[in-house]
Amino acid sequence: MRILVVEDDLEAQRYLVNGLKEAGHVVDDAGDGDIGLTLALSRPYDVAIIDRMLPKLDGLNVVAEMREHGNAVPVLFLSALSDVDDRVKGLKAGGDDYLTKPYAFVELLARLDALMRRRAPTSVKTRLQVGDLELDLLTRTAKRGHTAIDLQPREFRLLEYLMRHAGQVVTRTMLLESVWEYHFDPQTNVIDVHISRLRAKIDKGFETPLLHTVRGAGYMIRSRN
Amino acid sequence: MARLLSLLRTQAFRIVLIYVVMFAVSVSAIVAFTYWNTARALNSQTDQIIEAEITGLSEQYQRQGLRGLTDVIVGRSVRGGQGLYLLADEQRRPIAGNLDAWPPLKTHRSSFIEFAYERRIGGQLETRFARGKLFTLVGGFQLLVARDVHERYLIQRLYTRTLPWTVALMLLVGLVGGGVLSRNMLARLDTINRTSREIMAGDLSRRVPVRAARDEFDTLAANLNQMLDRIERLMRGMREVTDSVAHDLRSPLNRLRNRLETLQRHFEGEDATAGEIDAAIAETDHLIATFNALLLIAEADAGTVREAMTMVDLGQVAEDVAELYGPLAEEKGVALTFQHNGVVNVTGNRRLISQAAANLLDNAIKYTPSGGGVSLAAAETPGGAELRVADTGPGIAETDRSRVVERFVRLEESRNSPGTGLGLSLVAAVARMHNALLLLEDNRPGLRAVLRFSRLRALPAE
Repeated sequence: MRILVVEDDLEAQRYLVNGLKEAGHVVDDAGDGDIGLTLALSRPYDVAIIDRMLPKLDGLNVVAEMREHGNAVPVLFLSALSDVDDRVKGLKAGGDDYLTKPYAFVELLARLDALMRRRAPTSVKTRLQVGDLELDLLTRTAKRGHTAIDLQPREFRLLEYLMRHAGQVVTRTMLLESVWEYHFDPQTNVIDVHISRLRAKIDKGFETPLLHTVRGAGYMIRSRN
Repeated sequence: MARLLSLLRTQAFRIVLIYVVMFAVSVSAIVAFTYWNTARALNSQTDQIIEAEITGLSEQYQRQGLRGLTDVIVGRSVRGGQGLYLLADEQRRPIAGNLDAWPPLKTHRSSFIEFAYERRIGGQLETRFARGKLFTLVGGFQLLVARDVHERYLIQRLYTRTLPWTVALMLLVGLVGGGVLSRNMLARLDTINRTSREIMAGDLSRRVPVRAARDEFDTLAANLNQMLDRIERLMRGMREVTDSVAHDLRSPLNRLRNRLETLQRHFEGEDATAGEIDAAIAETDHLIATFNALLLIAEADAGTVREAMTMVDLGQVAEDVAELYGPLAEEKGVALTFQHNGVVNVTGNRRLISQAAANLLDNAIKYTPSGGGVSLAAAETPGGAELRVADTGPGIAETDRSRVVERFVRLEESRNSPGTGLGLSLVAAVARMHNALLLLEDNRPGLRAVLRFSRLRALPAE
C-alpha cells in the first residue's frame, strides 16, 4: 500500500513512517501542508494520514483542496484536539476518519486497514459470511452452519461491524465509536464483556473459533482459511 | 397591564413616589403651621382690642352708669367698621348696640367666643363671622363686645379647601413624572437585560449598546461591555491555553507511546522485557487517560467546550449507558435495572452527559458487591429533570461526600482499584457546566447519585 504521511512533528513523523514501513507499506512524508497537498495531487496513494494543525496550509484545507481537485484518496486525520466538534469539522472537510493523539499504533493500523478496504468497490450486500457463520442483513438473523443464533439488536450490530471488517483488526475504540456511537473511553473495558458474550453465542460448541482476540490491539473475526 | 405593573415595580418609580409623598407631607405641614401661626397672631390682636374696649366700656359704666354706657355704645355702633357691640339686660333683651339679636352662644362666659351674625350690607342680608367676649356688668347687665373677623374666616376657608387639592395635584404630577422617568429607565435597563440574556444563552460576542448621552446608564453599559471584553478575552485565552497544553503534552506523550510500541514490536520474543514494555505502555495509557480527563474537566469548567448544546433525552442517555454496561453488571452478579419514564429532555452536551452517566454507572457497578443491585433512572421531578444512579454498595460516608468530587480524591477503601480518581470530578464539572446539581445521597444501603438539571434554564427568554 502507498501511504502519504503529512505531519509537522518530525519525530512523530519518523516513528509513524518507520512503523508503517515495518508493517510493509510504501510511505511518502511531508512536513507541511503545501508539500503535502502537492504530493497528494501528483502521486497515487491508497490512503493519506494528515495532521490537523500544519504549518503553511492547515490540514483541513489540504483535504478540502484535495477533494476540490477530485482526489478521493481516503484521509485519516491525526489531531491533538479531541472534541467531537473538531472531529465533525474534520469529517466535514472531507476526512474519512479521525484519530486523536496520542494514539496506539495498532489503532492507527487498524483504522488504515479499514479505510483502504472501504475503497474497494462494495456491492450492496444483504448477506455477510465468514466461514460457516452467516448474517442476513435484511431479516436481521444469524446462523452458524444450520444452527440459528439469537442475537440482541446491539449484538447484531457488533457482529455486523466485525464481519464487515472480517480479517482485519478492529479496536475497542472503533467498536465503541461505530456500534455504540460513543466518543469517550469508559473507565472499565465494557467492550470486552460484550465481545465475550457474543463469542459465547457464535463460537461456543463449534469446533473452530471465528472471533479472535488480537493481543494489545483488539478483535478480529476470520475463518481459518 | 403587565407592562404597567412592571413600571410600578421599578426602583425609579418607587423613589419618585416616596419623594412626592414626603414633599406633599412637608408642604402641608409648612402651610398648616403658617396658617395656624397667622390665625393665632390675628386672633390675639383682635382679642387685645376687645379686652381694651371692654375695660374702657366697664370704666364708662362705673363712672357714668347705664346711660353713659348706652351713649358710648350707640356712638360707637353708628361709626360702623369692625366693632360690634350689644348691651342687654339680665334676660338678654338688647338695650343698645349694632347687633340685632343676641347670638347663640355655647361657650362659658369668661373666654373668647366666635359666632355667626347677620348684617345688612347694601340692602343684602349677609351672614358673617365675629369674635368677641361676653362681660357681665355690675347690676346684671350683659355686655358683648366683638369684632368682625369675616375676612379671616374666608382666608381660613380658602386654606382648608385648597390644601387637599394642592396635595392631590402634587401627587398626580409626581406619579405621572415618576411613571415617565421609570419608563425611560426601564427602556434602558431592558436593553441591558436583553443583552445579558443573550450572552447567558451563549452568544458572548453581544454588547450592550452605548448612546451618545454619556449618562449613568451609558457608563454602566460601557463598564459592562469592558467586563464582557475581558471575559471574552479570558475565555479565548483559556481555550488557547488548553489547546496548546493539549498539543504540547499530547505530542510528547504520542512520541513516548510510539517509542514504546516500536520497542514492543522489536522485543516480541523476550518475555521479561516485553512484559516491562507492556507495563510501560499501560502506564502511558493511564497517564493519557488522566490527562484527557483533566483537560475535559478544565474545559467543562471554563465553558470552552466547543460542542453546541442540543436537546438531550436523559431517558435515552440512561438507556444507552445501561445497555453498554448491562453485560458487565451481569458478569459481576449485579442486577442492573433501568426505569424508563418517558422522554426527559434537557439542553446540554450529549457526549458529556453520556460520559457523566457512564462514569456514575461505572462507579456504581465497581463498588457494588456481587448479589447487589444498581438502578438507573431518568425522571421529571418538581426540582428538575433527574438522572439517578443508585447502588447497594458500601456508599460514601456523609463526611466524605463533598470531598469525593474533588480532583484526585480517592477514598481509602478504593485506593487500590483501577481508575484515575477523576471520574466523579468530571461528573461534577459536567453538572456545573449544565447548571445542574450533583447530589450524593444515602440509598440505605449504598449510594444514590443524582444529576439534577434545573428547569429554570429552559424557560424561554422574554
